[in-house]
Amino acid sequence: MSDPGDNADAPEIAEEIMAGFRRTPRGVSARFSAAEAGILRNLVAQVAELVGGPGSAEAPPAGAPEGPGEAADGGLPMDFAEILATDGPLAPPEDPVLARLLPDAYGDDPEAAGEFRQYTEPDLRSGKVAAAQTVLATLPAAGGRVRLSAGDAEAWLRSLNDVRLALGVILGITEDYEREFSGLDPGDPREAYLHVYDFLTFLQETLVRALR
Amino acid sequence: MSVAPAEVERPETDEVVVPDTPWVTIVWNDPVNLMSYVTYVFQKVFGYAKPRAEKLMMDVHHKGKAVVSSGTRESMERDAEILHGYGLWATVSHDR
Repeated sequence: MSDPGDNADAPEIAEEIMAGFRRTPRGVSARFSAAEAGILRNLVAQVAELVGGPGSAEAPPAGAPEGPGEAADGGLPMDFAEILATDGPLAPPEDPVLARLLPDAYGDDPEAAGEFRQYTEPDLRSGKVAAAQTVLATLPAAGGRVRLSAGDAEAWLRSLNDVRLALGVILGITEDYEREFSGLDPGDPREAYLHVYDFLTFLQETLVRALR
Repeated sequence: MSVAPAEVERPETDEVVVPDTPWVTIVWNDPVNLMSYVTYVFQKVFGYAKPRAEKLMMDVHHKGKAVVSSGTRESMERDAEILHGYGLWATVSHDR
C-alpha cells in the first residue's frame, strides 16, 4: 500500500497547483483546471472502455433519462448489454491491466476461480463502468468546480482507484517506486505518466480524507 | 510508508476470530491502494470501527495479507466480490 503522508505536495499538472478535495456544507468539492479535467476524463474513459467494451465511456450514467430502446436493457448501451447477456468468462483476462481490475478470487484453485468469475465478473465490470460514467457525468470537460454527493463521491473513489491500478500495472509501480523512478530520463515517456499517477494519488487521498 | 503506528505491536488475537465455518476472505497487499482508502473500505464494507479497520490495514501492509472476514463460503465470496468492486485484491480460502 502507499501513503502520501500529510505534507504530500500536489503535483503540478497545469500552471496552477490544485488544492484537492475538501469537505464543504454542500458536499465534497474540488476545482479542476481544463488540463486536469481533460487528463482525468481521458483516463477514466479508457478504463471504462477497457472494462466495458467500446462505447462504455459515452453511455449515460445510471439514473439519467433513458433514450428510446434503452429501457429494456436497464439503460446499458447495446453492445455492453450483449457482453453481459453471454455467460461469464472462466479464465482470467490475458491483459495484465484487466487481470488486476478483475482479479481471481481463488489463488490456488483455478476451477473455483473460474466459477466465481463466471457469476461475478459481469456485475464487477458493469459496476466499474458505472463509476467511470459518474466521473464523466460530474467532471466538466472544461474543468471548474466539482461538487459531489455522497454517492457520487463513492463512485469517484472507486474510479480514481481503478485508474491508479491501471497506471500502476502499466508503469510497474512498486512499494519503492519513488526511489526506483527517481533517476528517470526527463525525456522518458513514463515520466509524464508518473506525474499523472502522483496527481491521481493526491486527488484520491484528499477525497478519502474529505469523506471521513 | 515508514512510520508504524502503535497498533502494530498489539497481539494477533485482535484479528478476525475464525468461527466454526472456516471460510475466510483474505486481502493481499499491493503497492497502489492507499492506506487511507483501504481503511475506508474496511469500515464501509464491514462496518468495522476505525481502530479495527486500521489494524487490519496495517496487517495487510506489513504482513502482506490479512484475514478480513470469516463465515460461510457464500458470504466470503460476496465479501470478495464487493472488495473487488473497490479494487482491493481479495481472495477466498478454506481455513484448514
